[in-house]
Amino acid sequence: MESIKYDLAKTPLREVNQFLHSDASVLNGKHIDIQNPNGAHNIAVGLKSEAKVNIHGHAGYYAAGMNQIADVTIEGSVGAGVAENMMSGRVHVKGFASNAAGATAQGGLLVIDGDAGLRCAISLKGADIVVGGSVGSFSAFMAQAGNLVVLGDAGEGLGDSIYEARLFVRGKVKSLGADCEVKTMGPEERKILVDLLSRSGHSDVSPESFTLYGSARTLYHFNVAKSGAY
Amino acid sequence: MADTPNKIPQTEPHQSWTFDKLTNSQIRRAAATGIYDIRGGGAKRKVPHFDDLLFLGASVSRYPLEGYREKCGTDVVLGTRFAKKPIHLKTPVTIAGMSFGALSAPAKEALGRGAGAVGTSTTTGDGGMTPEERGQSKILVYQYLPSRYGMNPDDLRKADAIEVVIGQGAKPGGGGMLLGQKISARVAKMRCLPEGIDQRSSCRHPDWTGPDDLEIKIAEIREITDWEKPIYVKIGATRPYFDVALAVKAGADVVVLDGMQGGTAATQEVFIEHVGIPILAAIRPAVQALQDLGMHRKVQLIVSGGIRNGADVAKAMALGADAVAIGTAALIAMGDNDPALEAEYNKLGTTAGAYDDWHEGRDPAGITTQDPELMKRFDPVKGGQRLANYLTVMTMEAQVIARACGKSHLHNLEPEDLVALTIEASAMAKVPLAGTNWIPGMDKF
Repeated sequence: MESIKYDLAKTPLREVNQFLHSDASVLNGKHIDIQNPNGAHNIAVGLKSEAKVNIHGHAGYYAAGMNQIADVTIEGSVGAGVAENMMSGRVHVKGFASNAAGATAQGGLLVIDGDAGLRCAISLKGADIVVGGSVGSFSAFMAQAGNLVVLGDAGEGLGDSIYEARLFVRGKVKSLGADCEVKTMGPEERKILVDLLSRSGHSDVSPESFTLYGSARTLYHFNVAKSGAY
Repeated sequence: MADTPNKIPQTEPHQSWTFDKLTNSQIRRAAATGIYDIRGGGAKRKVPHFDDLLFLGASVSRYPLEGYREKCGTDVVLGTRFAKKPIHLKTPVTIAGMSFGALSAPAKEALGRGAGAVGTSTTTGDGGMTPEERGQSKILVYQYLPSRYGMNPDDLRKADAIEVVIGQGAKPGGGGMLLGQKISARVAKMRCLPEGIDQRSSCRHPDWTGPDDLEIKIAEIREITDWEKPIYVKIGATRPYFDVALAVKAGADVVVLDGMQGGTAATQEVFIEHVGIPILAAIRPAVQALQDLGMHRKVQLIVSGGIRNGADVAKAMALGADAVAIGTAALIAMGDNDPALEAEYNKLGTTAGAYDDWHEGRDPAGITTQDPELMKRFDPVKGGQRLANYLTVMTMEAQVIARACGKSHLHNLEPEDLVALTIEASAMAKVPLAGTNWIPGMDKF
């Protein structure tokens, strides 16, 4: 695979991102290495081709934001909003992720090897997220669709006001948010979990060790009797 | 001698000012239902407004321009600060963001047709961009909202400008609401929600908090769109001086400032009427913030919330705005609340001009609905033509006033052209009370 190297200590971010927005004919099948990210924000945002991008170090906010098709790996930790509103493709964080990881993502797979901060998978709209460590409080807030798999623990208020997303948590959940409840994991959900574990490098982890959480659907319509829950 | 008991003069029945008929009906409604009232539109209460200002016109000390003969420019360029491709509008009257979902697809199409015909922009809303709207809008502003319903980077790239919505005048600090009646299969799919549920839109963006984060978020959108498109920041009028200053600091090309009269698709009546300030009170602090930062006319200011005619346009611009936006007025131009439909409004328990249950989706005009039968009543071509006519009239009216004030461009209108009819308007707009040199709160002007 042809490799292209960029050094963010020498090349301005705008130039790197503009290259990463080149036509698919230029980028498809290319491997791009980005050195010295030094926590810069907005690295590799808005990609839309079959490029493979490796960021060698820590990235700031919105790394691989709004990703489409591309495969982006961050060999370090990331700031807030990694892969936010991702549409498709794959984003892999080898370190830790800050708040709002995978916010509003509609498709594709986000893999975080370490922990994720507050509000992971907030307003999730169809993407898959696998967190090797734990997630912070208020994760999957108003999550609409998609799957969140957490190998560690979850903080307070998991899945508050959740719609149709599925939350698989292996460890302890400090507390569930409004309208989020334990669900029975049927064969369909188990299959989704097994597939996600396999695609995120956790094939050795038993799906039976997870609990499934989802929406009790009691807040789908305004209801005076439920006013205390809002 | 006392009158006989059956002839004692009676006083007129005295309705309490505090407990007036409307208030009492609200109390009875709350007592009967146990839930707050939800409606569409903006503040209906009387607030100081552009009607409380007058233009002085030219006479001996000022020199007017000949009506219909001498040129009076109306064009405006938005997004000159950072965007590679600023927007050029022929009229400063733009169409405010209104969602597909709140409005029917034909209504959105009509907005695009009307705006396109006169060379101005239209704006998407919560729920994403429809092909009808993109297809019929020559200049389309794409709203980037807290809910991110239907947010797609391909649509960001298709837009002519991007408006990061922090809030709106009808409900600053509040999110959107779309009740189940309007969550049709198509709306549900675009928003990635189950069909028919009562949908709440977030009041905060999911992946940033505060002005420093906003700066990074704007930078992200610029990076994704290769710095081509103007980025607007829309705020509801509350603390305009600080909010405008922070939006500029965060890197906005354009600030959109929406007063409490600006409409919403649906929210609580108590929110609409009691949170936020009138647009008249918000413009001068916003312009002051731009001037203090040396950014007036460099970061453009669009104001909205109760703009109805060319006089309102001219007054907003004289106070320092670069352009205005209309929402409710555009719907009325297209046929919303038309007295011709009075019998049908009566059936809904209301009257033409007062209909505001837009969230229920039973609009007899076929505009604020997702009902296929009601939608058929609305002709997007005719609706677009009516809107184009109305926009043309507003623009010409503003020109009439500008020429009378001796201005060769609407942007040359200035606060010195205005006086106020009331002390309140004088204090808010910082123009003198008519016939005096007094502005409350200022030693001199």
